[in-house]
Amino acid sequence: MASGQRTSGGRVAPHGKRIVGGWITLSVVFDLLFGFLVGPHLPPGRMTSSAGSQQFDIKVLFLAAIPVVVGVIGYIVYAVVVWRDGRPASFEPPAQVTARQSTRVQAAWIGITTCLTLGLFTFGTIELILPAGAGGGEGPAPIWTPASKTVLPIQVIAQQWKFTYRYPTYGGFETDQLVIPEHTPVAFHVTSLDVIHDFWAYQLGVKADANPQSDNVAFTTAEQLGRFVVRCDELCGIWHGAMYNYGQVMTKSGFNTWALTTEHKLAANTKLLPPFAWFYSPSANGAGGSYYGTNATYSKVQVYGAATVSPAQASKPRAG
Amino acid sequence: MAIGISKTLDDVGRSGNEPPAPQTSSRPAWMSQHLGTAVIGAVAGYAFGHWIGNVIAAGYPNPQSNGENDIAIVLALVFGVVGWLAGIGAFNYPLAKIIGRAPAPEAPEVGWTRFFKYNLDHKVVGFQYMIGVLLFFFTGGLWAMAIRTELLNPTNHYFGPGTYIAIVSEHGSMMMMMATSVIIGPLGNYLTPLLIGSRKMAFPRVEAFSFWMFMAGYLVILTAIPLGGFPTGWTGYAPLQTQATAGMDSYLVGFIVIGTGMICAGFNVAVTIINYRAPGMTWNRVPIFAWSLLAVSSLLTLATPLLATACYFGILDRTVLTSIYVDEHGGSNFLWENLFWFFGHPEVYIMAIPGFGIVAELLPVFTRRPLFAYRVGAAGMFGVALLSFFVWQHHLFDSGINPDMRPLFMLTTELISIPTGFIYLVGLGTLWRSKIRLEVPMLFCLALYFNFLFGGISGVFVSDVPADVTLHGSFFVMAHFHYTIMGGLMFAFFAGIYYWIPKISGKMLNKRLGQIHFWCMFVFFNLTFFPLFFVGILGMPRRVFEYAHNLQVWNDVSSVGAFLLGASFLIFIANFVWSIYIAPKKAPANPWGSLGLEWQTPTPVPFFNFERIPVILSDPYHYDEQDPLPVADLGGGLVPVAAGAVGSVDMPGEPGIEGTDPGGSNG
Ligand SMILES: [Cu+2]
Repeated sequence: MASGQRTSGGRVAPHGKRIVGGWITLSVVFDLLFGFLVGPHLPPGRMTSSAGSQQFDIKVLFLAAIPVVVGVIGYIVYAVVVWRDGRPASFEPPAQVTARQSTRVQAAWIGITTCLTLGLFTFGTIELILPAGAGGGEGPAPIWTPASKTVLPIQVIAQQWKFTYRYPTYGGFETDQLVIPEHTPVAFHVTSLDVIHDFWAYQLGVKADANPQSDNVAFTTAEQLGRFVVRCDELCGIWHGAMYNYGQVMTKSGFNTWALTTEHKLAANTKLLPPFAWFYSPSANGAGGSYYGTNATYSKVQVYGAATVSPAQASKPRAG
Repeated sequence: MAIGISKTLDDVGRSGNEPPAPQTSSRPAWMSQHLGTAVIGAVAGYAFGHWIGNVIAAGYPNPQSNGENDIAIVLALVFGVVGWLAGIGAFNYPLAKIIGRAPAPEAPEVGWTRFFKYNLDHKVVGFQYMIGVLLFFFTGGLWAMAIRTELLNPTNHYFGPGTYIAIVSEHGSMMMMMATSVIIGPLGNYLTPLLIGSRKMAFPRVEAFSFWMFMAGYLVILTAIPLGGFPTGWTGYAPLQTQATAGMDSYLVGFIVIGTGMICAGFNVAVTIINYRAPGMTWNRVPIFAWSLLAVSSLLTLATPLLATACYFGILDRTVLTSIYVDEHGGSNFLWENLFWFFGHPEVYIMAIPGFGIVAELLPVFTRRPLFAYRVGAAGMFGVALLSFFVWQHHLFDSGINPDMRPLFMLTTELISIPTGFIYLVGLGTLWRSKIRLEVPMLFCLALYFNFLFGGISGVFVSDVPADVTLHGSFFVMAHFHYTIMGGLMFAFFAGIYYWIPKISGKMLNKRLGQIHFWCMFVFFNLTFFPLFFVGILGMPRRVFEYAHNLQVWNDVSSVGAFLLGASFLIFIANFVWSIYIAPKKAPANPWGSLGLEWQTPTPVPFFNFERIPVILSDPYHYDEQDPLPVADLGGGLVPVAAGAVGSVDMPGEPGIEGTDPGGSNG
């Protein structure tokens, strides 16, 4: 079937050239404007490695999306302006006979959208794997991990309707202040004591669901000092909207001082806590709703990547 | 026609369009069954179920449910639905058959009372559905405006947090329930036989049953309010679900009820399209809207049973204390997430594909040129439908389950944009060098292309795992799916209403009021939801009643937009009531100059739609021809058919329909 898109003779207005020309011009202009004016300020900022990688990802997606939006809307506007027939109830066919289908156009369309899709998929996968999971929750046994072997584990315990944090490398004290050191890879071990919550440290670019009875690990490395917000991002009951607090990125030495001071200050409380474990079961029988550790106990030789805790280590519960 | 079960609708093979003569009913008029008796049945059933639940499960209250006995609540709701169906008369015929008695004669009704009864005419059911979905939609819309009222201020509250979360959950659930049926219910039931040249739907009783289940679902989900609401949103995540108070039972029973209706409606439409196409209605000639209905009804039939199962497990957890979703006792909260989204993602496309079908059907009419790449469009709808079963874990990217599979689910999700892109190829190709008439339905169609573009592109953002770490669960996601469902499906729904109302009612809707409605709805829709992209990307989670002060401006813009958007529907209601009931203006026989088969029938459409089974001669998109021939011979094949025709249905006693497949002659 002959393609109606091909025009023969110069008498027909060069719609195709106009549309493509306008599309390329506008796309380049909008992409440049967006890339330079908005790009550097895109959420979630550059406070951590994961936030930075998400910002880059979102920027690339915008730069790819703008030509698509400009193309489709530009085409529709052009069509309505140029090919509009304002007469009411004029049912004659258009002057030009156009094709019902065009193998060339259809193949080109399918080819371009497929390439675009596969390109975005490849890009997204690389951007997920290289920055150690890009700050998303990776389950109990993450395989995309930071290169450094010195990772600071911090446990995030969500419950209705509060976040608390335990620092296993500092005696397992529990506090409602989240403080992390700069330039140190951090592993957030997110768990819940009741329903599903979600730990969203917005400026850190970290998000991981808090599931009861399971450990969900997310990595990031802070690159700037400052305060950040933590919000619950999974509906967890009536006070879900009030479940938030603030955290802080400190220098390495500042963090160490804070952690040692807090460990010392909370030592009496820490003794009363259940032994540190990767998740907790509120005991139905325990007096005062106490917890018992599960078989996924914390071990100092926790290795991210290849393996988790070995069974021998796991069987030895560690007193808090 | 062995599967015809109704006495009055059995004899579709015969010619003539007169409804069968009313038979003298053995029942006096006061015993007739209608909406009133259905309500009485529902109330009686509710009371009975509550009583029996308290008898058999006395002293077995769920301690977390404020001492409420969930067994009594569930039984009350179930018996309420049974009472509702018995009250409307859904069981009369099957029960009579079971006990071996001749069913009471059912004369087809005329007059307005038939709209309040268990009616087997697909045109009546279609109209009932239309009023039903509008009721659903406007109720859900009122909840939406209550949400936006609360979010006017970041820290001052109009509702308590419990009331607020109940409103959010009610809004989400009602809108999702409504959106599954918003097109296949009214337009699907009304138009399917007319589009494919059938004299009825395949299963008239299933069709009536699906509508009354749909309305039962409306009542059941509303009972959550007096029961104290439920706190889970429409996603109903366990274990919050297990912990919630009695309103949760309304959610679980409600989705089973509405799901049963969805399965029935989908099954009926699918069977009708596959088996009841008129001779000559080859797959190459089936209107694209019927293709979309077939794709969506396959999804309804295949995906919804999983939702019913998941809800059933939830009911068991809450009543007889199984622990299917309770982690401490060997269950898993991930199980609900998986089951729910395994249904939930096909559901998302249940709410997109019929919209695509409507715009693709309408564009050729208002551009006067054939639908571009018809086969690619139909393939696209089925591609979307098929892929939608393989993407569900993209809702769980940060959940910690199956984290190593995230690239795979990112791939399947992004692949869906290819068949979705076919819909754009069809649309943009059809606009090429056409003659665009901006009638009201056309405005809504173009708006779908505009809105769905933002909905689809933002979908690519959330399908990208690293970007989703920031966007997941935020208002960005919320804006994304409102752009696809509200901006896509609901705009297509109104396109369809404005387009087909002259066929359905015989009256034209006022064009000026229609234009005002369109522009208000379009502008205020974008005013409401576009700011929510910013709000989300700036860090506002969904379903919260408190947010950062710096987000107030955008939230207020959105709230004002929402109130105006709500008001814009008053223009539609005014137009509807004014143009159809107060100052009716008779519609021309074919006001849009459409070639569609449905416009060849007289208005109002006769009882059996077509005097004889029509013979289809071509697909309905020959707009590029001067004075194109009608797409069907309504003489029922008595006139010789040049190309031959296919005997796709067994039509005993119809001469001249056996023939050979003319093949793809529309290319
Ligand atoms: Cu929470």
